[in-house]
Amino acid sequence: MSLSNKPIVWLPFAAGGMLAALLVPALMLVLLLDALQLLPPGSLDYPRVVAFVSHPLARVVCVGVIALLLWHAAHRLRMTVQDIGVRSHGARQVAARLCYGAATLASVALIWAVVVL
Amino acid sequence: MNAKVHYPTLPGNWWLKRPSYLRYMLRELTCIAIGAFAILLVFALLRLGQGAEAWQAFRAALATPLAIAWQLVALVFALYHSVTWFALAPRTMLLQIGTRRVPAGWIAGAHYLSWVVLSAIVLVLSGA
Repeated sequence: MSLSNKPIVWLPFAAGGMLAALLVPALMLVLLLDALQLLPPGSLDYPRVVAFVSHPLARVVCVGVIALLLWHAAHRLRMTVQDIGVRSHGARQVAARLCYGAATLASVALIWAVVVL
Repeated sequence: MNAKVHYPTLPGNWWLKRPSYLRYMLRELTCIAIGAFAILLVFALLRLGQGAEAWQAFRAALATPLAIAWQLVALVFALYHSVTWFALAPRTMLLQIGTRRVPAGWIAGAHYLSWVVLSAIVLVLSGA
């Protein structure tokens, strides 16, 4: 192994962690307030949300932000699984494939969702 | 010549042994809330693409008691992620102005300020 793949894994992890820290609590709060019917009526109604998300820039931002969140979570989960006791080489490889594989699958679904929107 | 491979042994519950270990584990476990929320957002976009009825059904599912309970727990974990992330930021971002190091408090403060501004923007855009 001559070159480390760590920067490739780490950059999206850090970017996703930063986006999660800055944006996720507010986004969660919006969905929670909507569930509790504490948002002004109509706020998250279909026409308004579709109009907002359909904008080309919004689509690109959605893919970028959500994909980085997925990667951040996948990488941290993989490391946590190792911390808890998955330490043999083979088991670590399985954990890595499951975590990154799930993030990749969800990213593909994400791109598809945004394209057909 | 065959050297035995030695795996260091650590009990699986090492993270319960000290409060600082437990805080570390709770910080790492925030990834479950973040990851689940990211998947929820993907699902939201898929439902949105299926039309108005699917979108209403999605919102109704989020308004069930169990979903609300989970969202509250996830919000607490997300807040814990934010706080711990901003606490680490001065150590991962070493900034200099000229020959002087930018004080840690400024870097953390800038993150908190960005957090407040961005959260306000998200809430205003949502209609809150």
